[in-house]
Amino acid sequence: MTQPILQLKGVEKSFGSNQVLRGVDIDVVPGNSLVVLGGSGSGKSVMLKNALGLMTPDAGQILFNGEDVTHDQGREREAMRARIGMLFQSGALFDSLTVWENVAFRLLNAEKMKRSDAKERAIETLKKVRLGSSVADLYPAEISGGMQKRVALARAIITKPDLIFFDEPTTGLDPITADAINDLILEQVKALGAAAVTITHDMASARKVADEIAMLFEGRIIWRGPASSIENSGNAHVDQFVNGRADGPIQPAI
Amino acid sequence: MSDGSTTNSGGFPNPLAWLGRGAIGLFAETGRLAIFAGRTKAAAFTPPWNLAQIWKQIVAIGFYSLPVVGLSAVFIGAALALNIYTGGNRFGAEQFVPNIVVLGITRELGATITGLMLAGRVTAGIAAEIGAMKVTEQIDALKTLSANPFRYLYAPRFLAACITLPVLVLIADIIGVMGGWLVSVFALDFDSTTYLRNTIDFLTMEDVVVGLIKAVIFGAVIAIMGCYQGSKSKAGATGVGRAATLSMVGAAVLVLASNYMLSTLFVRIGI
Repeated sequence: MTQPILQLKGVEKSFGSNQVLRGVDIDVVPGNSLVVLGGSGSGKSVMLKNALGLMTPDAGQILFNGEDVTHDQGREREAMRARIGMLFQSGALFDSLTVWENVAFRLLNAEKMKRSDAKERAIETLKKVRLGSSVADLYPAEISGGMQKRVALARAIITKPDLIFFDEPTTGLDPITADAINDLILEQVKALGAAAVTITHDMASARKVADEIAMLFEGRIIWRGPASSIENSGNAHVDQFVNGRADGPIQPAI
Repeated sequence: MSDGSTTNSGGFPNPLAWLGRGAIGLFAETGRLAIFAGRTKAAAFTPPWNLAQIWKQIVAIGFYSLPVVGLSAVFIGAALALNIYTGGNRFGAEQFVPNIVVLGITRELGATITGLMLAGRVTAGIAAEIGAMKVTEQIDALKTLSANPFRYLYAPRFLAACITLPVLVLIADIIGVMGGWLVSVFALDFDSTTYLRNTIDFLTMEDVVVGLIKAVIFGAVIAIMGCYQGSKSKAGATGVGRAATLSMVGAAVLVLASNYMLSTLFVRIGI
């Protein structure tokens, strides 16, 4: 069996009396695209932040390439992050930096690359997400939401990571732009041969980018299977979610 | 709905529970702030330094604060001269105006007024900026891109504030004394030459240095409060607004409290 690039074992996380993750077990193999579905407040973002080391789990383990990185700090943590890309829900571009400085941020800061070389790499990467060199010197506030997402995608892939996280990549975009972003994600992830973990509640996005789909409910993974079997999962929770019905075992979060 | 731990049977808040919760909260908050300050200082005093960021912050904190510091200083110096003249009049001690103005400005008011004005202008600005970065996930993005926020965001602001505050205070000292001189010469009929000679004769290096040492501490307080409150800002416009308010109030109170403590220390050691 292939060694998973990322494994979460019994990960638990609480905030005060609110237990968000109640033992999440999941693994991602290299080159595979996993989509984690879940309703609002199901703990998707918290799971992602634990996997990235932005939060430390209360219990359980996180393994990266088979090594326990749960409590890593400093250099070990940086070594892991150098091989991971992340596309934040809001894009999280740095307002005070231009588009190319955002894309080349890791090259300029962590890798101390010369500015001229870094800019060249940034413009090359912007081309991959169908953005021309004319946007390179603009600031994030000067471009549209869809373009910001593409810039954020360029920033996530510029160092050719082995694993990329996507936090609701299509949220806040119109269906056409969302589909274009899905196409770009699919294309770039396949080109890099990277593994991808996408958390979303957008079924169109999930169907498009997933090799495998998992469902997070009440802090646990309750179902997992190939993307093709999502329509007949045999799981009432998954059925309700996929078909977007208000009535069923999952209570709407309102 | 009544909560058994904090309300008694009548539904009124239980004063002891309220007091206890307040005290625990205060100690926890002090501890968190101390840890945050420690990590910021550790990042500030060890290489590598992000010189471009430090320079940018020196300009933002120092240069753009010049108008507000200059205006505050000239008015406080002028008001001080007027009050000392009126007060001194009762004992026939009007001639001490230049001495007391220069002493009051250099040892106390130059630094305090600069600290307070910057607690407003700079601390709230830092808290709002960092808070907005926090709620738009930019701080998380920094971490995933292997940039430590303490090194990339907080330490440059801390260093810039500690470097620029003494310079601003020195400028405030000069402009404050000038404010006193203006009022004395043009409104109180002092002789300009005598006033300036008295000022220079009475001015000591120690008095100026006392103000400058205070300024470094105020700079640290101003930057750390802004960064700390910003970094724990809650989501939304209210969250960021609250972070800015809390940081400003906290910085202003801490500037005044540390001013008193430093003054006590300087008096004890005789400078």
